[in-house]
Parts: sequence; C-alpha cells; structure tokens
Amino acid sequence: MSSRTLRAIPTLLRIGVAETVAYRAEFLVWILTTTLPLVMLGLWTSVAEEAPFRGYTGADFIAYYLATLIVRNLTGSWVAWQISEEIRLGSMSMRLLRPIHPFIVFGASHVAAIPFRSLVAVPIAVILLVSSGASTLTHDPLQLALIVPSIILAWIITFSLMFALGSLAFFITKSMALLNIYFGLFSLLSGYLLPLPLMPDWIATIARWAPFRFMLSAPVELMTRNLDAGDLTELLVGQTAWCVACLALALWVWNEGVRRFEAVGG
Amino acid sequence: MMHALRVMGVQLRISAAAAMAYRADFLIEGAMSAAWLALTLLPLIVLYRGRATVAGWDESSALIVIAYFMAVRAILEGVVSPSFVDLVERIRSGAFDYVLLKPVDAQVLISASAFEPWKIIDLLGAIALASYAFWLRGSGPAAADVGLGLLLLVTGVLAMYALWILCAAASFWVVRLDNLTYLLGAIFDTARWPVQIFRGAWRFVFTFVIPVAVMTTYPAMALLGRLDRDTALATIGGSLVLLVISRGVWKLAIRSYTSASS
Repeated sequence: MSSRTLRAIPTLLRIGVAETVAYRAEFLVWILTTTLPLVMLGLWTSVAEEAPFRGYTGADFIAYYLATLIVRNLTGSWVAWQISEEIRLGSMSMRLLRPIHPFIVFGASHVAAIPFRSLVAVPIAVILLVSSGASTLTHDPLQLALIVPSIILAWIITFSLMFALGSLAFFITKSMALLNIYFGLFSLLSGYLLPLPLMPDWIATIARWAPFRFMLSAPVELMTRNLDAGDLTELLVGQTAWCVACLALALWVWNEGVRRFEAVGG
Repeated sequence: MMHALRVMGVQLRISAAAAMAYRADFLIEGAMSAAWLALTLLPLIVLYRGRATVAGWDESSALIVIAYFMAVRAILEGVVSPSFVDLVERIRSGAFDYVLLKPVDAQVLISASAFEPWKIIDLLGAIALASYAFWLRGSGPAAADVGLGLLLLVTGVLAMYALWILCAAASFWVVRLDNLTYLLGAIFDTARWPVQIFRGAWRFVFTFVIPVAVMTTYPAMALLGRLDRDTALATIGGSLVLLVISRGVWKLAIRSYTSASS
C-alpha cells in the first residue's frame, strides 16, 4: 500500500460517515431487514420452553441468535450490489480513473458505517448479557480476547467474497441471480438459519470446511460456547486461511474483470 | 372497471409473450424454486425430527402452512412486485407523471403492469406440497373446507397486497425508501410458520400489527377444518379493512404527489 493511499484513508472514512448520515433512513431500514435471527429466536425459544431441544435450552437459543444478530450486523456487506450496479450503469469508469484501488475505497465506506451499525449491535449485546445471563456466554479470557480479531477476520472474508461476487458483473449480466444463490448457501452453511450442530450430518460436514462458517458461526461460537484448544485452533486457522484465500480471489476476479471492462453509458 | 380489467389482460398477454421468448428461464426458475423450497423446509424438518408436535401442529399440518406461504408469495412475486419495482424509481425521476396521465387508475397500473408468468411454477409447487401433506395425513380435506381455504387464500393475498400499497404510498412522502419492500419481504418470511408456535409479543405482532397469521396460518387451519367461524369472519373482515385503508392512504398519497420532473 503506497503512502498516498494511506494518506487518503482518513478522508475516505469521513466521506463514508457523511454518506451513512445522509442516507440514515434507508440505512436503518436495511438494518431492520435482518429480522431472521429474531424470528428464529422467537420460534426456538418457544419450542425449547417445553423441554430442551437436542441439548439446547431456551437461554442457549437466545444467546446464539442474539450473538448471530450482532456479528451479522457488524460484518454485513452490500458491496456486491454497489459494484454490479456501477458496472451496469457505467459509473465504474470514474472509479477506475482514480489513483486508489476500489477495494480500498469501498472498504473504507463500509468501515465508516460500522459506528452507525454499532448503534444497533451494542444495545443487542446489552440485552444479550442481561437476558440470557452469563451462564450461556463464555468466561474463558482467551476466548473473550479473541472475539474482536475473529469478527475482523469474518468481516474481511465477507467483504472480499462479496467484492468478488460483485466483480463477476464484469463477465455476466445476470449476477444478481448468483447473489441469491450465495445468500441461500450462506444462510444454510454459516449458522445463520440454524446452529450448525442442529443441521443434518451431511450439511454440517460441508459447513465445517466451507467459507461461510468462518463468516458468522466462528465469532458466534467464540462468544457462546466454551471451546477446547483443538476447536479454537481449527476456528482461527480456518478463518485466517479463508481470509487470505478470499482476499486473493477478490483481487484476481477484479483484475481479470477490469481488463475486459467496456464502459456502458457516457 | 371493465376497462381496467381489459388493460390488465393486454399487459398479461405481453408479459406472457416476453416470458415465452426466454424459455430457458423456465429451467432456471424451476431449479431456483426447488432450491428455495428445500431451504424453506429444512428448519421444519430439523424441528420435527426432534419433536412430534409443536404448539398443536404436527409435521403434515405445518407443511400446509408452508404451501400457503409459497402460494401467497408466488402470486405476489408473479403479479404485484414486478410492476412495483419500477414505481419507486419513477417517483424519484418524475416519470410517474406519465403513469398518472394514462386514462387508467394509477393503482391498477402500478399493481399489474407487468407479470412474471414463470412464478406459476411456485404455485404448482405449493399445490403439490399441500397434496403431499394430505397424503401424509391419510385423508383429503372436506369440500367445504377446500372452499373456505381457497377463499381465505384470496383474502390473504389481498391483505399482503394492501401492505404493499401502503409501502408504495409511503414512498411518495419519503423518496428512496424502496428497501421498505425488502423489509416487508423479510417480515413476510415469518408467515411460513404457524403463528401459534410464537409466544407473547411475537404472536401479537404477527397477528395484529403485521398480520402474517391472516395470510397463511388461518387459511391453513381452514383447509384442515380447524378454523372456527368467528376467526374465519375476522380474517376476512380484517383483510378487507386493510384493503380499504390502503386504498384511502394511496389516494391521499397521490393527491400530495409533487412531480420531481421539470
């Protein structure tokens, strides 16, 4: 990263904050759209009320889905829509003229939105602590210390994968359909829909190796379960490996795509 | 009224012709529908592997709720939402003026100016799922229950449609709130579960505030012959009230429309 890029980052962040504030109503509605964990929470707690469901008590479900909501809120990315829209409309040309890689520019605007997103995530975290009590959350100091790095890794994996998906719009026109497929796989394999241990065995096996688990389930497991050393290493090594792989993938797809980019519109 | 219906008929013919031009989409849409159905059913399968009944619903009757969910969604995505997507953009750019100039009620034009005929696959899937559920139960529904079940399907669709129109009206005042429809879609997703499974605040919201219960749970209960007369009447009445309110709000919104063009 050149020093010029580094110097631009504070400005990019300021622009990002300004954008978020300007579109606050839209932004809030987007955040509210993430209702699935809350619905699942309502569903499974009432199921677990009669008797624990396969080892999960009501408190376990509350902790799991609220943690899911926090992680999803902080790591969610919409860069794929931005990129494919700009390619479709032709405004991508302007970005390509600028001397900073769009990966950095889009990344900065996402990072700038995090304080705003925390306005939603922090109260949920408080509710989580108060409602389900400390019993279902981790006490291990090492795990507590690893939560933030794990969320950062999850953020990079999500952002890179979405960046790669958005860049596919350089090659194909129906990239939106791909995003639907992506979201289907994500909700299945990341633990967004159901805790992975509750999934049928063959899905759980696929989920163990696929990238999606490291985008959501990994930080959630760090928060809500007491993991042994083996599990902990698996999660973090997996996250790091997928982080590197997704970054490389995103930049590769982008570079290949830019080469065949023909600007649309004027 | 007849005039509006004729316009809709023409639009339907154009959309069908356009759909036939892209026949390969049929396969893609079919594959996507099957995949989404599998994803929809998965939590249900997981749930009923651990429990025989939940809140009085066994697996086969919960499947009927999902069938209703699919049917309502298919009708909305096939009829209402394709035309609706353009609306917000038109309001923002000022092109909505042309819609208002046309000699047909604007609500008709924005509700049914484009169709997605391939959504019929989802509708057929819903019927297949309901048939499978009754096969699991070992007995079909009574004729009267089928009648009431279909009637409530219609009112359920109308209730959902009314919520859409309310969102559309909102976008006259707050431009660029197109993702309100995503929010609506996210909330409608809960309609795949029988409302009785939820407790407390959740059930209250899903019954009265955003009446997803009216769209799937009560119709499914009617088809199963479990719905008492009062709830059936309240369901029909509630949907109609919602429809009248949405029409009123729409008219109010149209009146306050100030063109963004020129």
